[in-house]
Amino acid sequence: MEEKIRGRVWKFGDDIDTDIILPGRYLVLTDEKKLAEHLMEGADSEFSSKVEQGDIILAGKNFGCGSSREHAPIAIKGAGISAVIAESFARIFYRNAINVGLPLLESKNISHNFSQEDQIEIDMEKGVLKNLATQKEFEVKKLPEFMLEILDQGGLIPYLKKSMKS
Amino acid sequence: MPMTMAEKILAKASVKKNVEAGEIVMANIDVAMTHDLTGPLSVKSFEKIGTENVWDPEKIVVLFDHQVPADSLEAAENHIMLRKFVEKQGITNFYDVREGVCHQVLPEKGHIKPGEVVVGTDSHTCTHGALGAFSTGIGSTDMAMVFATGKLWFKVPETIKFQIEGSLNDFVYAKDVVLDIIGKIGADGATYKACEFSGETIKKMSISERMVLCNMAIEMGGKTGLVEPDEKTINYLKNRTNKEYEIMKTDDDAQSLQTMQIDIDDLEPQIACPHNVDNVKPISEVEGTHIDQVFLGSCTNGRLQDLRTAAKIIKGNKVSDKVRMLVIPASREVYTRAMEEGLLKTFVDSGALVCNPCCGPCLGGHVGLLGPGEVSLSTSNRNFRGRQGSTDAEVYLSSAAVAAASALKGSITDPR
Ligand code: SF4
Repeated sequence: MEEKIRGRVWKFGDDIDTDIILPGRYLVLTDEKKLAEHLMEGADSEFSSKVEQGDIILAGKNFGCGSSREHAPIAIKGAGISAVIAESFARIFYRNAINVGLPLLESKNISHNFSQEDQIEIDMEKGVLKNLATQKEFEVKKLPEFMLEILDQGGLIPYLKKSMKS
Repeated sequence: MPMTMAEKILAKASVKKNVEAGEIVMANIDVAMTHDLTGPLSVKSFEKIGTENVWDPEKIVVLFDHQVPADSLEAAENHIMLRKFVEKQGITNFYDVREGVCHQVLPEKGHIKPGEVVVGTDSHTCTHGALGAFSTGIGSTDMAMVFATGKLWFKVPETIKFQIEGSLNDFVYAKDVVLDIIGKIGADGATYKACEFSGETIKKMSISERMVLCNMAIEMGGKTGLVEPDEKTINYLKNRTNKEYEIMKTDDDAQSLQTMQIDIDDLEPQIACPHNVDNVKPISEVEGTHIDQVFLGSCTNGRLQDLRTAAKIIKGNKVSDKVRMLVIPASREVYTRAMEEGLLKTFVDSGALVCNPCCGPCLGGHVGLLGPGEVSLSTSNRNFRGRQGSTDAEVYLSSAAVAAASALKGSITDPR
């Protein structure tokens, strides 16, 4: 994983649930590109056509609440989103995102410090977020070592494969 | 060291004497369940690991319940793929399209035992804590790891104990109790915590009612729901499994325990309003709201007790012409018993539709989707925007009794 992530921000509110991220009727799909076509359809049906490679999702508290569908973080990754930042995450979503290699960052009260489409820079190692529009910096909760390692390998599967070999 | 029930179960599963909340443990898994919707991704991830065989085919349960019988070509293809996986891996605990919703079928078929660790690729796997198991929902990649190794890492959760006292008023049920709690503490009020339901009220509750509480632990962010096993648990298990199990209980002086007192003496029926489960109001505030569809079913309230409650209210009456009422028993066992007791006839005679055991419109993937602008009253557990079809539809959540009374009237109605 690259040390610094840079991208444009798409803002969402509190309690963005998995039915908003990826409505249930698309769970029959497994391909990440096909899933990505329906990303965030519950909030904005045009979202998948606006989003570009490297963009970042920034949301309020309890992002990803609801179902255990891994289709949700896969669709986010499939759309090219490079990281999700939220004030807090729901538990299953958090695990799933790390497992599929999607970086997540938690930072309290972060939402009001960013406007739609601001450029953001994330330093994963240091645990710092920067709003390039305002040059303000924010600390984020650093991920535990063990999860950074999983992310480094690109997800739980490559991580497992490597640890099974050694 | 004094421990909570959750800590004791995870300590045993990770072969340790003690564990503490916050600690990361590698636990041995006793039961791993996947279904037709999340199974295909789990199998795909498992195949990427490159291990030929699953760790133990007897500990895996595969079940089709979300899109049964197949409602689209994609669903049919998913079913075929999973049937092949089941056959190749020699998985004997396989329930094809006819058995019903996973969280009802697993306990019925004796797969759930106190003191064990159960994981499922479905967030409502927390339901099984009603029998004293540590049971939680996981994603497909986590399941791939379980398939390959039989183990999974967990951060040991703190426990929040809901000490519930008082007697339920007539026409007030477990669903109202849990909606009331979620309304109070919010959709993230118990994030990462084990939610233990305890107290006099719980002792009096049936296993079905305890399942309703544990089922909705996830709707407040909980990692699992739990109820301390008692005589009722043992009786339930008697007819379902002859395997041994260990009953574990929370020590009063456990370190990571937080208690919340809840008095339910004055509780009235509760409704979760669109579009969040924690948007809970007493029924008096939403009475008269127009509805287009009523859904009686799901892993929350599709059990025999719920069908009996609803049938009693409906018997001899007609469902309003303006409402479509869908009755979906949670399992084949529930369906058969409801048939024998004449409940299904009551529903059909009233103008309701009775469907085969499945998830139905609960997640908006199968039968009974809502169109734009439509409103549903549902006994299920989630009312998120778009959950039951159109993103312009609205879903209200209630008990089976409110659902039945409302179906007759054509608007949200207090059954009392
Ligand atoms: S009934 Fe609803 S909540 Fe329960 S398993 Fe099915 S889709 Fe999920």
